[in-house]
Amino acid sequence: MATSATIHSHAAPLGFIRKYIFSLDHKVIGLQYYFLALVAVFVGMFLSLLMRVHMVWPTAVLPLVGEIKPETYLQLMTMHGTIMVFFVLTTAPQGGFGNYFLPIQIGAPDMAFPVLNMLSFWTTFIAFVVILAAFFVTGGAPLHGWTGYAPLSALSNSGPGEQLGADLWITSIAIFCIASLMGALNFITTTLDLRAKGMTMMRLPLTVWAWFVTAILGLLAFGVLLSAGILLLLDRNLGTSFYVPLVVVNGQIMGHKGGSPLLWQHLFWFFGHPEVYIAILPGMGVASQLVSTFSRKPIFGYKAMVYAIMAIGFLGFMVWGHHMFMSGMSPYTAFAFSLMTMAIGVPSAIKTFNWLGTIHGGRVRFQTPMLYAIGFVSLFVSGGLSGPFLAQPVLDIPLHDTAFVVGHFHLIMGVAAIFGMFAATYYWFPKMFGRMMNETWGRVHFVITLIGTYCIFMPMHYLGMAGQPRRYSQFTELAYLQHLMPLNRFMTYAAIVTISAQLIFVLNLFWSMFKGPKASDNPWEATTLEWITATPPPHDNFGGHTPVVNHGPYEYGVPGAPRDYVMQTDPATVASH
Amino acid sequence: MATLSSPVSIDVAKTGQGGGGVRPPAYGGGGDGRGDGSPDYGARLRRLRLGLAIGLTSVTMIFVSLTSAYVVRRGLPTLDERTNTYVRDWIPVDLPITLLLVNTTLLLVSSIAAELARRQITRQAALAPIRSIPGVSLGEGKGFPWLGTTVVLGGGFLVGQWMAWRELADRGFYLATSASSSFVYLLTATHAVHLAGGILVLLYASAVSLLHTPVEARRVVVDVTAWYWHFMFLLWLYIFGLLWFVR
Repeated sequence: MATSATIHSHAAPLGFIRKYIFSLDHKVIGLQYYFLALVAVFVGMFLSLLMRVHMVWPTAVLPLVGEIKPETYLQLMTMHGTIMVFFVLTTAPQGGFGNYFLPIQIGAPDMAFPVLNMLSFWTTFIAFVVILAAFFVTGGAPLHGWTGYAPLSALSNSGPGEQLGADLWITSIAIFCIASLMGALNFITTTLDLRAKGMTMMRLPLTVWAWFVTAILGLLAFGVLLSAGILLLLDRNLGTSFYVPLVVVNGQIMGHKGGSPLLWQHLFWFFGHPEVYIAILPGMGVASQLVSTFSRKPIFGYKAMVYAIMAIGFLGFMVWGHHMFMSGMSPYTAFAFSLMTMAIGVPSAIKTFNWLGTIHGGRVRFQTPMLYAIGFVSLFVSGGLSGPFLAQPVLDIPLHDTAFVVGHFHLIMGVAAIFGMFAATYYWFPKMFGRMMNETWGRVHFVITLIGTYCIFMPMHYLGMAGQPRRYSQFTELAYLQHLMPLNRFMTYAAIVTISAQLIFVLNLFWSMFKGPKASDNPWEATTLEWITATPPPHDNFGGHTPVVNHGPYEYGVPGAPRDYVMQTDPATVASH
Repeated sequence: MATLSSPVSIDVAKTGQGGGGVRPPAYGGGGDGRGDGSPDYGARLRRLRLGLAIGLTSVTMIFVSLTSAYVVRRGLPTLDERTNTYVRDWIPVDLPITLLLVNTTLLLVSSIAAELARRQITRQAALAPIRSIPGVSLGEGKGFPWLGTTVVLGGGFLVGQWMAWRELADRGFYLATSASSSFVYLLTATHAVHLAGGILVLLYASAVSLLHTPVEARRVVVDVTAWYWHFMFLLWLYIFGLLWFVR
């Protein structure tokens, strides 16, 4: 463990390009990731809006896309899922906030490898450009879903968009994998090697723990997806047969032989399930940080929280088969995967109870960041409860590929993670931009988004149980789903309102950036290291000083302390414990 | 200003692969910063070695997943459309074993050369503070160009692998001939790409030596690349063993 000026070999840059474009400063790179994800989330949200509108008004002619054909719907769905999972849920919580605040929270002047950090962002950026390019090539975007199941994804004549569009899709994912591996390497090295004096592992803020474990998951998972993607590209373009068996497409026998579509599923989900935790763990870290700070109480069970994060990360690698219960796997294998999946409920419940235990009896300050943290916990519980349903093979058989699954994962990994990002944005905005966001509009945004989110995704569980399949572009012809159409229309209205309400957030964000009231260095009276430095932090984070840490991260309401909180750098004698 | 100080051991966890029994390098103060504003190469070395170990974990995962795919694909039966029965379509690849053994030897020798280059520059870096004292001469002499030897032998290995691919093609095994040949090309190519990356870094290390970069800085690059190189050798042994014994 060491920190020194040596890491900060790069001086503060002066020119615009070195300062804002090809910056080595982790704070600028964090903001770059954040704004990339902000663009991506609006692209992804627009696609989902088109889908929802099409579901209930299938013949409507929509802006930019015209009338949506079934294959167009699949293309929208594929791109919505891919952009959201990779370029929003993976990019903003880890690349954005992790990059900006992990070094500051551990008392380091920068990431361990600043050049690698810059390369990591720009590689992600290239991956984003490549995936957007898939919209504009002949045939358009691919239609094989974000999971890219072979042989559909492995044959270029299997459908519209499966020509160049699919190649671009895989290439983008492969580039993204490389970027994420670079990022993970940097996060892990930084956490292990650059902590300030006194910042032991058990004094790390839970946000840092979450980013650290997320990076480990990324390190182990993205390499596997990269391999899988390379095999897919070879199958598509060079005639190999890793995933493609003997198949006939449109009456034509393809040249492949003997490949296994299930091989793709295994490799993909070995990445895919940890990816769920890559998306959600940073949100858990933020929720822990905020729940403690705004309840003015130490986090309930700090060590239990740390071990729960580790357990979730570890178990996350053991359960990929629960996505494949319907693939014809042996019931014994399914049983093992089912059992491991249920086991994740234990650390998840520990975290949930600890959040509630922290809030209980606290002097809670219901400011916007805290509202979003509570919203996160709420969505995590609501989405999490349907997990054990899907973890049972016997229940998964009827529920598989229905709207129930869509409701489940949107609540727990989609919007819960988004709520984590909102919480983080409202919480750290003053530190990042030196101004406060508007509190009133923050609350309005919260109320509409929370209610809207539940209105969109809760009914999906009913739809799924009633047998409404996912990935179908329209249901208006299906007699057995007619009684569900009002519910579908309600969800679409809710989606329109909720998505429109996000404009409040964007306006608040940019308005406050320039016009918001000036923020003090520690507006939330929080204890971690980012709040001891100036707002916004100087180039080397602590203005030439190296912080020395004497306290844990959540010392609120300490008996005998002069204030209701003890900064991590306060002298050791300030509190009695 | 650099001062004469007795070399102090840095307490560094050995993170590289292979080449067991090598002492940790001896240089620097081992602590946080040296107090004179000059870069702390000891800390930089430790950080890069840690980064390397973490990076190699992800490289390992890539090969673990390819191995899994190899084993699964090898065991799969294939539908034969003429007889409508399931048959095994895995054709053992007729590897050019002599050529591959020569390549293996080349890579082994280059790994030894990389280790000698690493030790050579470690010595030079340890002596750098003494050499900077006016009037002190330690008997100049560049020593054997181990770094260059490593690059040349590594390049030789890549050429040898390319020849092996040509040989495979002559024997009728192309990328798409059979799943077995697909894996031979895939595994060797993935390894070659990683090795080529190592060569680029070594060329960079050689190039910066012409630019009066402090020997301590070069030493950090050479050290980490040498460990990477050893890993690449062990990885090749593993791949070779897989392709040969599990063919």
